[in-house]
Amino acid sequence: MKRLFILIPLAAFLILVGFLAAGLRHDPHEVPSPLVGKPAPLFNLPRLNDPQLTLSAAEMQGQVWLFNVWASWCAPCREEHPVLLKLAASQIVPIIGMNYKDERDKAIAWLRQGGGDPYLTSVIDQEGRTGIDYGVYGVPETYVIDKAGIIRYKHIGQLTEQVVAERLLPLIMELNAE
Amino acid sequence: MANHPQIEAQVSRLAEELRCLVCQNQTLADSTAPLAEDLRNEIRAMAAKNMSDQQIVDYLVARYGDFVRYRPPFKASTAVLWVGPFALLLLGVIFVSVFVRRRESHMAPVSSNIEQARKVAELLRQDQ
Repeated sequence: MKRLFILIPLAAFLILVGFLAAGLRHDPHEVPSPLVGKPAPLFNLPRLNDPQLTLSAAEMQGQVWLFNVWASWCAPCREEHPVLLKLAASQIVPIIGMNYKDERDKAIAWLRQGGGDPYLTSVIDQEGRTGIDYGVYGVPETYVIDKAGIIRYKHIGQLTEQVVAERLLPLIMELNAE
Repeated sequence: MANHPQIEAQVSRLAEELRCLVCQNQTLADSTAPLAEDLRNEIRAMAAKNMSDQQIVDYLVARYGDFVRYRPPFKASTAVLWVGPFALLLLGVIFVSVFVRRRESHMAPVSSNIEQARKVAELLRQDQ
């Protein structure tokens, strides 16, 4: 009994280490989105290439699509751009962009400088109102939306080849089969 | 809409309670991040529409999750957060009391004889 007593501080210490180790592996900037599993908020926004035309989220119903929030002022967006271009070239999934709190001229120039436009269409969210509906708090953010218009996954921050290969592609395959 | 004291009071009350997700250790009231400003404006617009504190908080929680609240609600996923410190305190109290009681029972019985005690005290004093 006395021996066991001596082990208590050690056990408590190990539990604490366990919690801290788990905490180290978490990125505090990745806040789980309450929107996963919920219908993607509806929007009807002007298109970047022709603001006279709009695109609404409802038009994407019936297919699996990616919704990527980007801006010309966002440095990590530049880094994920080649990944998106590659994904777009594979034609596995349509990517809709949302140009968030940006200026149209700068956004268009940014796409040209970045080596192309990976987006089927980009819509303009000048005021950031649709961004609030989607719970955007840092750009880039990427949502996987299924055929029924439900958000199935949200990636916060820059997309990497690894995230695309390990998370997005398997999920998209699965959702396409649904 | 602006400068309506009642609305402004509601906005600042809520902004103190809500977290800025860009700079996570600041409230919406403290933060100068563009998103915090947008959200303050959004709250002001909702307050102007006579929405209650609860409705406005619910609106933000639906979009950003419980993390926007500085005081998260009590539910299964936050139970450890709320109960943990008290449970640890209780464990500590139990541990210390058991420990102290055990040590007491191992001690030699203290003399209850006043005369003896006085002798002991005298010897100790002489010793010095």
